[in-house]
Amino acid sequence: MSLIQVENLSRTFVVRRRVGRFRREAQVVRAVDDLSFTVDRGEMVGYIGPNGAGKSTTIKMLTGILVPTAGRLSVAGIDPSRDRVELTRRIGVVFGQRTTLWWDLPLRDSFELLRRIYRVDTARFRRNLAEFTELLDLGGLLDTPVRQLSLGQRMRGDLAAALLHDPEILYLDEPTIGLDVVSKGRLREFLRSINTERDVTLLLTTHDLQDIEQLCSRVMVIDHGSLVYDGTLAGLHARGSSTRTLVVDLVDAADPIDVPGADVRRVDGPRQWLSFPADASAAPVVAAVAARYDVADLSISEPDIEDVIRQIYTGPDQLRFS
Amino acid sequence: MLYVALAVRAFRRYSTYIAATLAGIFTNCVFGVIISFTYIAVWQQNPDAGGYDVTDALTYCWLAQAMIMTVAIWGGGAPDELAARIRTGDVAIDLYRPVNFLGWWLASDLGRAAYHLLTRGLAPTAVGALLFDLRFPPSMAAWAGFLVAVVLAVVVSFAIRMLVASSAFWLLDQAGVKNLAAVFSMFFSGLVVPLVLFPGWTRDVVMVLPWSAFVQVPVDIWLGRRTGVSLLSGLAFQVGWCVVLLALCALVLRRANRKVVVQGG
Ligand SMILES: Nc1ncnc2c1ncn2[C@@H]1O[C@H](COP(=O)(O)OP(=O)(O)OP(=O)(O)O)[C@@H](O)[C@H]1O
Ligand SMILES: [Mg+2]
Repeated sequence: MSLIQVENLSRTFVVRRRVGRFRREAQVVRAVDDLSFTVDRGEMVGYIGPNGAGKSTTIKMLTGILVPTAGRLSVAGIDPSRDRVELTRRIGVVFGQRTTLWWDLPLRDSFELLRRIYRVDTARFRRNLAEFTELLDLGGLLDTPVRQLSLGQRMRGDLAAALLHDPEILYLDEPTIGLDVVSKGRLREFLRSINTERDVTLLLTTHDLQDIEQLCSRVMVIDHGSLVYDGTLAGLHARGSSTRTLVVDLVDAADPIDVPGADVRRVDGPRQWLSFPADASAAPVVAAVAARYDVADLSISEPDIEDVIRQIYTGPDQLRFS
Repeated sequence: MLYVALAVRAFRRYSTYIAATLAGIFTNCVFGVIISFTYIAVWQQNPDAGGYDVTDALTYCWLAQAMIMTVAIWGGGAPDELAARIRTGDVAIDLYRPVNFLGWWLASDLGRAAYHLLTRGLAPTAVGALLFDLRFPPSMAAWAGFLVAVVLAVVVSFAIRMLVASSAFWLLDQAGVKNLAAVFSMFFSGLVVPLVLFPGWTRDVVMVLPWSAFVQVPVDIWLGRRTGVSLLSGLAFQVGWCVVLLALCALVLRRANRKVVVQGG
């Protein structure tokens, strides 16, 4: 049985809008609309989608802090909204935008409070804290009040806090938001290590596709509350009409290159940009160019995943719902 | 234990604001002196007002100053933090934790009250005793009864403040309700005018309202005006309001929880 099972999950919100001076009109927002997926133990799943797609709403329902309007939901065999307290002991959550730490307390005291809240036994707590302190480089920060921590430092503290009670599942809602490149790299490394070493199942939302590229073998794309893609990252490339680019530096400036299977996109003096389908082999194109022209240099750039995603987000409905 | 740790944490946190504490004590003393002279004038006119003699009245005045922060008569304390967390939405994280929500905030407020009792409570009382002739509890039973009454006063006040803060779940901001509650609290706790001075039937009414648990009941025990059965009935009165108001809190919080979880905040 899968660790996380979501079946026809829906969540609507009723928002009251003012229309005119006195009248208010109730409007129904379908934040999550008939969503179904499963996640198996040990997976690292990226959950992406444009702003307002329903990512956070899904995570809230998976943690039990929001009750679904319709559908079935099972996390580690538990119905989150029915047995939330039971579930909190088995899962960890990190909200990039909020902290579960206490602003006025040194990091160490926050951890100590969490130990009592989750009734983690002392030996295990010490072991975990030592390990996370090492992995997340928290040593120098333990005695600093949380309000004095930088965003990246706080995020590392939050990660440790979410894992102290050895959860089986960790949800991360935009964990890399606002972090610099180095911090993001470290955080990803840490996530990878808890996934492999501790067998923690990860579900993370992000707007940074590098998070997905570097961490997740599987990616789910949600838009307007519905799943529009669920599969590998490679499959996502194939899904969009994505292209690779061959950059050709000719010895002399020439007319646009004419070879089968590729189109010239841009010409700038002796340099020309040719695009060809991402799933086609580059070899025949390169060979054809080299055979017909005097080539000084060649390079190939991979398709930009952001382009692919953008196509899916804004793509035509048949693409979205097929 | 978690709740003890929470109380200790709150105590420590308040103890970092030393300058604020000193300024507050100074203010309490200034008001104590002003009100003392007012009371002296009143009791010169009427030496037996409300059944108090002038020493009782002066003791009442300084103890009331000592209670302002301890019992949080004006509002504030842990429920203010809750209200802030409701406004920012952080309360969802609190609701999600596997702990008793009400117990969590109560522990924190008791820690705060302990700090305020030892500073904003003790200091003005000591200053008052130096400047004026005050009465002290006549027996060990009165001392013990007083201490219990103060704790109960804090709990009653906590429950009321908690109800006020919970209004933020629906109104987003507790400010308006809090101001209203502060007016009620100031008037009906007897902070300014001892409840024993209220005329006729109004006195009977204010004596059974929960706010009389704030100052009037503890002070009467301190003064030795409540002993034996009367002392116990005073404490029972406070316990009764604790139970009713905390039950109301639990009810309101359940609805609030439903609102957050079902309606999405
Ligand atoms: N409590 C709420 N009340 C009313 N509408 C809500 C509530 N929470 C979310 N919504 C609406 O539901 C939709 C999905 O919101 P959600 O926060 O899940 O998006 P998201 O995918 O996390 O977006 P982002 O990338 O911006 O974080 C949005 O249209 C949002 O306005
Ligand atoms: Mg979100």
